[in-house]
Amino acid sequence: MQWFACYLTTGKHMGFYVSFGTVLLLLAITAPTALAFGFAAAGAARSAVAPLRWIGKAYIAIVRGVPDIAFFLFFVIALDQAFEWMRHKVKCADWDQPIRQGNDFVVCAAAKLPLGNSPQWMHETYGFFLAVLTFSIVFGAFAGNVLFGAMRAVPHAQLETAAAYGMSRRQVFWRILVPQMWVFALPGLSNLWMVLIKATPLLFLLGVEDIVYWARELGGAKTPRFTDYPHGDWRMWYFLALLIFYLAFTRVSEVVLGRLMARLTHGQATTGGEAQRKAAT
Amino acid sequence: MKSLILGTAALALSASVAFAASHSVVRLGTEGAYPPYNFINDAGEVDGFERVLGDELCKRAELTCEWVTNDWDSIIPNLVSGNYDAIIAGMSITPEREEVVAFTQNYTPPSPSSYVGATADVDIENGVIAAQTGTIQAAHIAQTGATLLEFPNPDEVVAAVVSGEADAGLADKDFLIPAVEESGGAMVFVGDDIPLGGGIGMAFRQSDPELRDKFDAAIQSMKDDGTLNTMIAEYLGEDSPAF
Repeated sequence: MQWFACYLTTGKHMGFYVSFGTVLLLLAITAPTALAFGFAAAGAARSAVAPLRWIGKAYIAIVRGVPDIAFFLFFVIALDQAFEWMRHKVKCADWDQPIRQGNDFVVCAAAKLPLGNSPQWMHETYGFFLAVLTFSIVFGAFAGNVLFGAMRAVPHAQLETAAAYGMSRRQVFWRILVPQMWVFALPGLSNLWMVLIKATPLLFLLGVEDIVYWARELGGAKTPRFTDYPHGDWRMWYFLALLIFYLAFTRVSEVVLGRLMARLTHGQATTGGEAQRKAAT
Repeated sequence: MKSLILGTAALALSASVAFAASHSVVRLGTEGAYPPYNFINDAGEVDGFERVLGDELCKRAELTCEWVTNDWDSIIPNLVSGNYDAIIAGMSITPEREEVVAFTQNYTPPSPSSYVGATADVDIENGVIAAQTGTIQAAHIAQTGATLLEFPNPDEVVAAVVSGEADAGLADKDFLIPAVEESGGAMVFVGDDIPLGGGIGMAFRQSDPELRDKFDAAIQSMKDDGTLNTMIAEYLGEDSPAF
């Protein structure tokens, strides 16, 4: 008992507990950002301006087509290099050496992101920010496709009626289309949310130490030579704890999404909305 | 003419200032999953042979160092992309890796790799052999007639041998010795040791020769005064080959 109390409060376990917060924070920031990306992409994809429409459709098609793991392995490094390259062009205009030297990517010291001599927490925050951005871009493309479909599912008669009342295209979009599309989008978006919850182990590819990394690290067999708390292969127990965490989290998500669905259905011209109306009378 | 000389001098000066600024903190990348070379201790910090060695090298080279952990799979891409300045992660010097990164001289002599299995009579020639992805051992198994089973970290190689998922595993002997000793007979060494690789060195970007030379000199000084041998005996075992 005493042994477990000490074992579960080592510095290493503290890192494990903090990583739960990291994952939750990532989800809390990524979900709205990805939704915003998706909304912009869907809006662009059905725009009347051709180039904007191409950009929206290309973004949705390309990002959805690239395997996640390839995206997370290469895109993040590319993104990091793109930022540093831009800063390099601005801050070190008189740099005379090539940026690509063989395999190396070399920018001037002032352009490093974060600066080479900044403390480790800044590097970690930057890595976390890159992770959020990458997740948002990937899931934004999927959300864009869902929203694009949802926008087309809104009965066309609604839009025509609005136009007949003299609303401009912009007014029709914001006042009629957007409020009605959420009920069509929600099943697809809730799927995405579930996938996003489970995609967080990809964080370690981005250098962020997440819960799965720590579970594997802590659960692996430990010999007395390297730790005060030797134990056998306990990965099963650690992963069981993760399983419970993920199941509890998806259960809570389901309840919240169910309530949200009921609220959005209210007063809608769908079978769900009709059923609600009948039940109320 | 005068302004040209002044300009050149200013450029040289700013270059050296830039060097000093960019390396005021040297970031050392390691895996943190390869005892006794490097691992995460109970306090959640990097520990092991390379931690002590790296700190000593930084002291001798008069540099401030900081430890960073990174997944083994992406440890070289993140170095060349500039996320840290050096790799010190039990990485053997091989011609393939030398095409991409610049190694210092080795800080351990070429050390043997060994097979481990549940019993001493497992078939290491045609069986299923586990090894860590992207290591010299994995490359070696691929050349033999055996079936290669790859794992992302060395812990899982050992776990696969213990669970019977693989007939045998191949890894650095220094890493396997404590694992076999503590397994309580679940694992034994199989066959003869095989010498692989040219010893372990630190890896740097090829465009960063100044930093590489500093660490190279520090390693040389530790070889010269014998502290490196003492350190190898202390952390890797008395039987581990020394200089």
